[in-house]
Amino acid sequence: MEWMLAASVGVVASCGVYLLLRRRSMSVVFGLALLSYATNLVLFSMGRLTVGAPPILGPEGESAVYADPLPQALVLTAIVIGFAMTAFVVVVALIAHRSLGDDDVDAPVAQEGEP
Amino acid sequence: MQLAFALFTPMLLCWLPILSPRRLGRNGSAWMAGAVTLASLGFLLAATGGAFPESPLIVPIPWVPQLGLSLSLRLDGLSLMFCGLVLGIGLLVILYARYYMVHEAQRDRFFAFLLLFMGAMLGLVASENLLGLVVFWELTSVSSFLLVGFNSQRPEARRGARRALGVTGLGGLALLGGVLLLGRVTGSFALSEVLASGPLVQADARYPAVLGLILLGVFTKSAQVPFHFWLPGAMSAPTPASAYLHSATMVKAGVFLLARLWPTLAGTEVWFVVVTGFGLATMLFAAVVALFQDDIKGLLAYSTISHLGLITALFGLNTETGVVAGLFHVLNHATFKASLFMAAGIIDHETGTRDLTRLGGLARTMKSTALLATVASAAMAGIPLLNGFLSKEMFFKEAVDVGTQSAQPWLIPTVATLAGAFSVAYSVRFVWDVFFRHDTGRLERNPHPPPPWMQVPVGLLVALCILVGIAPGLVAEELLVAVSHSVLGARTPDIHLHLWHGLNLPLAMSLLAVGVGVGLFRQRPSLANALGDRRLLPPGAQLYASTMGAIVRLARRITRGLHDHSLGRYLIALVGSAAILGLLPFLGPLQGDDDLVPITTRPRLALVAFSCLLVFGAVGTVLFHRRRLLAMIALGLSGLGSTLIFVELSAPDLALTQLSVEFATTVLILLALAHLPAHGPSISSKARRIRDGLIAGALGLGVTGLMGVVLTRPFDTIADYYLATSREYGGGTNVVNVILVDFRGFDTLGEITVLGIAAIAIAGMLYAIQIPKPATSADGRAWSKDQHPFLLRVMSRPLLPLLLLVAVYLMLRGHNLPGGGFIGGLVASVALILQFMASGLRFASPRLPFNFLATAAVGLAIALATGVVAMVLGVPFLTSAFSHVHLGPFDFELASALAFDLGVFLTVLAVLLITLSRLGHVGETDEESGGP
Repeated sequence: MEWMLAASVGVVASCGVYLLLRRRSMSVVFGLALLSYATNLVLFSMGRLTVGAPPILGPEGESAVYADPLPQALVLTAIVIGFAMTAFVVVVALIAHRSLGDDDVDAPVAQEGEP
Repeated sequence: MQLAFALFTPMLLCWLPILSPRRLGRNGSAWMAGAVTLASLGFLLAATGGAFPESPLIVPIPWVPQLGLSLSLRLDGLSLMFCGLVLGIGLLVILYARYYMVHEAQRDRFFAFLLLFMGAMLGLVASENLLGLVVFWELTSVSSFLLVGFNSQRPEARRGARRALGVTGLGGLALLGGVLLLGRVTGSFALSEVLASGPLVQADARYPAVLGLILLGVFTKSAQVPFHFWLPGAMSAPTPASAYLHSATMVKAGVFLLARLWPTLAGTEVWFVVVTGFGLATMLFAAVVALFQDDIKGLLAYSTISHLGLITALFGLNTETGVVAGLFHVLNHATFKASLFMAAGIIDHETGTRDLTRLGGLARTMKSTALLATVASAAMAGIPLLNGFLSKEMFFKEAVDVGTQSAQPWLIPTVATLAGAFSVAYSVRFVWDVFFRHDTGRLERNPHPPPPWMQVPVGLLVALCILVGIAPGLVAEELLVAVSHSVLGARTPDIHLHLWHGLNLPLAMSLLAVGVGVGLFRQRPSLANALGDRRLLPPGAQLYASTMGAIVRLARRITRGLHDHSLGRYLIALVGSAAILGLLPFLGPLQGDDDLVPITTRPRLALVAFSCLLVFGAVGTVLFHRRRLLAMIALGLSGLGSTLIFVELSAPDLALTQLSVEFATTVLILLALAHLPAHGPSISSKARRIRDGLIAGALGLGVTGLMGVVLTRPFDTIADYYLATSREYGGGTNVVNVILVDFRGFDTLGEITVLGIAAIAIAGMLYAIQIPKPATSADGRAWSKDQHPFLLRVMSRPLLPLLLLVAVYLMLRGHNLPGGGFIGGLVASVALILQFMASGLRFASPRLPFNFLATAAVGLAIALATGVVAMVLGVPFLTSAFSHVHLGPFDFELASALAFDLGVFLTVLAVLLITLSRLGHVGETDEESGGP
């Protein structure tokens, strides 16, 4: 099970990185979103995979097995911040598109005049 | 407490001049700055009772006790004298600057910087903790940077400020190193202990290193050769700032530290050789250079360097009487040099030039200024009946006493007399060329007398010079005894200040210096020829410039190499190095248990299905990435897969969060797609696509490897602590939420702050931007006329209160069951965004008349306030409290963390609404924002 999930996350990460390296700004946004899915899952899985034991404490005095709450707390804020970051990139892409007239994220090499 | 007020008032209130109310009139900012300074002086008087304290007053103010860092204050004779200089001359400079600075807005800013600098200086001279002292030391460098570069439109001001900051900043770094080392040797950063451990320090093997580093800081700050070159460059500061920084305060910080640490560091042969050596060299060199400066301020700057050298040399002599003379000269130099700088400013102000070759004959038109400047210059030259004479006599006496015992008995007295002669020469030149030479033909405008109030500070300072010069025993003796006692303690010699010491060697040296000085002045042209270009040679400056140039070139080369305006290329550098660093550990033997221990071997159908959804969505996004609407749907599928995986793997909070963020992301991308092309034909070459594919594949493999290996290894977690104490300390059973709002509340506070910053940035970028929406979609189809479908519109409205209720419910129950501020805020924003989607901006915007940026600020303020309340109650920041509440039929647990969560709720809600509604506004024209 662990390796299956790891492989899935790996595929998602590859897809994310591939899109991140495209030259159209919208593809970069998609890539960023996919990469955050993968990253969040990796981070989350550092607390190991637990089925059917959410970290909600049962009645007092009762000892039970719970999923690791710490990575969950970290990932929760990461998801929300991830949204803010995606929104930021989208706005940058919009403004770049408006002022440059296209959505290419690479400056033409020739224009730069530097190697 | 009063002491803390006295010393921190200027820094804490430095913003007052900028906000001074307009009805205070043109002088508002000057009044404010003056009032702050007076308040500080008042507190200081109240704290000391107007007398020098018998033993140091120490106010402990802890900061980071683990590092030995504190803001503790120490008020003894030495720090009180410097506080008096800083505040007293500060007050005069404020009065002077009121008339010097012509533009009001400029003046406000200047006074704010001045107060900031004043505060830093006060903290520096009154620090009990060495690390605290270094902090204030750096603050003086930074705030003086602002003052020197005040006229930032002028390149030489910017260059001068940068150079001053560069040199003194470098020295500050050395000082930090020296202080850290000194703290290691003595075992404490508290001055009281460091001052008592002189023998221990001097016997330690690290003493030379400590001394070298600290002296590097001192010499850069007090402009000793070869680090002096920043001071003439800093003359591009407005003259009031020069009068303050470069006569009485900033440059005196270095010699202050010499005096402060004298009991700990002085007394050794190496101290004598290094400190006296640098001091004497600086004194002579700068005095010679000063004679050939054509700019009045340049002359005064080199004269200041020379006098700083004199003071440094006095502290280096290892004699108690030398220390007394040094402290006395600090005071005297501050008074006459500040008045001379002010006089220079008046001349500049009234004639429009500071060039000595163009000025002349001003004694006729500016009688009072001429009188004051002449007296002050005489003090600078060391003419009897003025304060400069007394301390210079004491210096000559020390030079003779110590010099005759050293290996070359003639060396020190000769250097001292020669420097004294040059000092006389440049003083004469200043007075003669400006006021008495019969030659005024080269002035651009006719000089006229300055406003009377501009001369008052100069007059007061000159009066002080005369008063001390005539009746030193009456005016200065008691002060000097108290100050010397605070440095020397029981070793303080008997101090008697007299004008007349009889006919002795120092007097003869003084007379010789005056005679030779006048001769040097008259022979100036031939002397200039003899020295040739060497008189202008600024050692150090060239080296500094070439070093800085090399560093900038290197930085530029590195930046250009990494960042060539192509996102793709430097992302490859980033991703590639991440991949390499991630793969490296796999090359060696894996750490930990080598037997892979699968934790769950039984396949779970649901997890497999959700993972497939995740992967298919991701692959779909890649396949369709040129048809963006499809790609967006595929991305959503992947997000859904991720959500379901969270559900399956016992993370209900994460699933709820991810689900609501998915909704918001979809809206975000839809909004973006209205403006960005919906289709994008490929512009990458095939080779590039293959290369990117390989990099992406390698990274994916790395992620899989890392995650798989970690997951199949034994596990040790700190989560047990949270699980065991969540109920007891946090008063909640949803451990994830308790961690967010309680255990790691500080993190969360930081995170919602980041959210707020992102929202401000987005709002700022979209402010007043209109991007015309294309008339048709990219492939030529017209937009649908039915923008807001009737069914959606009707359905969404009754949903709103229900959704908001759910949001509030989720937030309230969050402490014990899945939910909380983040999730509640997300759900509430989704509910509101739905209204925008269904009915249009025209309908929704007027019905939500909130300033969402203010809402975000309120949210942050609430979160911060819960932390501050905890501090006020005497427990650490953000400590939560909870109790059972019985209210009629209700019996529930109420935690202060709920207030924190409310702050999170509001911030998240506001940030999402800002982002999406601003994006929605872009390109929205009046006729198309339809709605009913």
